[in-house]
Amino acid sequence: MQIAAGSLTRALFGLGILAFLVRPEWFEPALRLLVDQNMPVIYLQGNLLSLLLQHLALVLAATTVAAILAISAAIFVTRPVGSDFLPLSRSIVSIGQTFPPVAVLALCVPVLGFGNGPTLVALIFYGLLPIFENALTALRTIDPAVLEAARGSGMSEPQRLMRVELPLAMPLIISGIRLSAVISVATATIGSTVAAKTLGEVIVAGLQSYNYAFILQGGVLVAALALLIHDSLTILERRFGLRRLATTDGKP
Amino acid sequence: MIEEPDQPPAPFGKRKTGSADLIKQKIDKLGVVIALIAMPTLLFVPFVTFKANRIVQGQPVWVFSALPTWAAACLMLVVIAVLVSAILKAGVLVRMTAACLGLVTVLIAIGLAASFLTPEGNSFARVSTATGFWMLLFAFAMLLIDALARLRPRPLARILLLLAGLALLGLLARIGVWNELSLLKEFSSRADSFWREGWRHLALAVGSLVIAFAFGLPLGILCYRVERLRAAILNVLNVIQTIPSIALFGLLIAPLGWIAANLPGASELGIRGIGAAPAFIALVLYALLPIVANTVSGLVGVDAAVSNAAKGLGMTDGQILRRIELPLAMPAILTAIRIVLVQNIGMATIAALIGGGGFGVFVFQGIGQTATDLVLLGALPTVALALCAAVIMDALTELATRARKEIATA
Repeated sequence: MQIAAGSLTRALFGLGILAFLVRPEWFEPALRLLVDQNMPVIYLQGNLLSLLLQHLALVLAATTVAAILAISAAIFVTRPVGSDFLPLSRSIVSIGQTFPPVAVLALCVPVLGFGNGPTLVALIFYGLLPIFENALTALRTIDPAVLEAARGSGMSEPQRLMRVELPLAMPLIISGIRLSAVISVATATIGSTVAAKTLGEVIVAGLQSYNYAFILQGGVLVAALALLIHDSLTILERRFGLRRLATTDGKP
Repeated sequence: MIEEPDQPPAPFGKRKTGSADLIKQKIDKLGVVIALIAMPTLLFVPFVTFKANRIVQGQPVWVFSALPTWAAACLMLVVIAVLVSAILKAGVLVRMTAACLGLVTVLIAIGLAASFLTPEGNSFARVSTATGFWMLLFAFAMLLIDALARLRPRPLARILLLLAGLALLGLLARIGVWNELSLLKEFSSRADSFWREGWRHLALAVGSLVIAFAFGLPLGILCYRVERLRAAILNVLNVIQTIPSIALFGLLIAPLGWIAANLPGASELGIRGIGAAPAFIALVLYALLPIVANTVSGLVGVDAAVSNAAKGLGMTDGQILRRIELPLAMPAILTAIRIVLVQNIGMATIAALIGGGGFGVFVFQGIGQTATDLVLLGALPTVALALCAAVIMDALTELATRARKEIATA
């Protein structure tokens, strides 16, 4: 019952967001209450829908790159060749996560200039850490008996990695990707202070002109985007979790 | 990737000094990577940037023209010595000492470069850190972190190491090693506002933690006792945690601003749409999830046999909670405080964007003026605060976990 109520609220919220993106003027009377008479109510400098899509594209691009890098790195340090790097890489992940995203973002500017560049780099750096952490935990906690069985059945090392280790590690890796993507939505929002094209632009414009209507619509849209990404990756995570159960049951 | 014949993973680390390893001349791959970063950096990447004044475009200066010859030669020798100890599998303690030596040398070198390049009596010239400096620092920091990760010092030793490091930095600053550096010039022209924003930053981060703890702990106990509420409350907190900080600030600003404008007396109480209030509330809201969730999981993890035994001794529910369950849940609760503290220190930076103050003020001013040193003036103390908080809280959590094990075995 509770789950149904939650899904219903989310569906209604989603419908509201869609309506706002397509027909922002419907919401004008309500938002008008927040601003003085002669202020603009709906953000028109950039089409809201296209800002949302650019925000999403930035997050998807960064998360994809971060996932590829992080998973490869985790595979590398868990093989004998990369074992020299294992202690360091684990410490770096926990230290890296104490760096505030704003600092990373701001320090990329002198090297890369303003725009999407520094934001993308900050997103990738910051997005790497949770994925790497989860992938590492997953690959290191696989039951040795399972690996032994795979070896015994004559699988080569790459086969073991592709058919046994990675599938078993997948649910945890995806939960790392989810964390990473949600963090990226937030960092990308701050990215608009260094002129990246994201929904943060709406909030920043509102803050600069004391326009509460802009701040609110920007805030709601960013929140919706974060929740959308969070929910869809949670669903994916559950799918993989179920499949994992199925395969381990099927092949003992 | 380094091309090397496949070797078995070296039984490296623990407390053994690696004299046997040295004889075998085993080469450490991480050391090779660090050398591949540090040597080319030293030779080919600019160490500092020189500007005739604060506004003009800077010129890159390489190590050998940025330092007097003797200093450049010393730096070179130290870097080579450190790298040799990194590449050959020297003992962990040797590597740690070498890494510290490297870090201190680079830190002194940057100060020397600044005073060497600044013409006598010229107060307009600016010497700033450039990529080469940061890459050398990064390379040696990697070496230090690796040595520490292998050495695994005990919690108290870690705190002492941290304090020693801070004391060393304080001493270097005190003798004025970096006085001619642009970063320090930015600082001295803003010393008052630096400390004011620093206190504000801490007040935001720690104050919101205290308030969140005051609400979160009872809420966590409630969620533990009343299982029906647990999922619902944790779900709501989860949703809040998912909302990006600026967005949450935004969602709070609009209603607070409306209240301030339309409710008589509200703005006199300090309630305003833009300012510290929405930032503080948002930080409290973000802090609730880790605190409540970890309190619940800490309490759930308490062995039922222990609480039953306490009940058998005639303890009341309140006594069991205070004397048995909460102390046993302490490591989980401390972990939550660590997460919140580090998260708050980072997020308080963003508060500056909505007029809430904190070190973020310098970061955003710096972004606005494209003044890297100003960004650093805000970013470095934030990173340092977060790191210190993480090290100290990790050590405390480990101590508490040990104490808990002792209780459990007693």
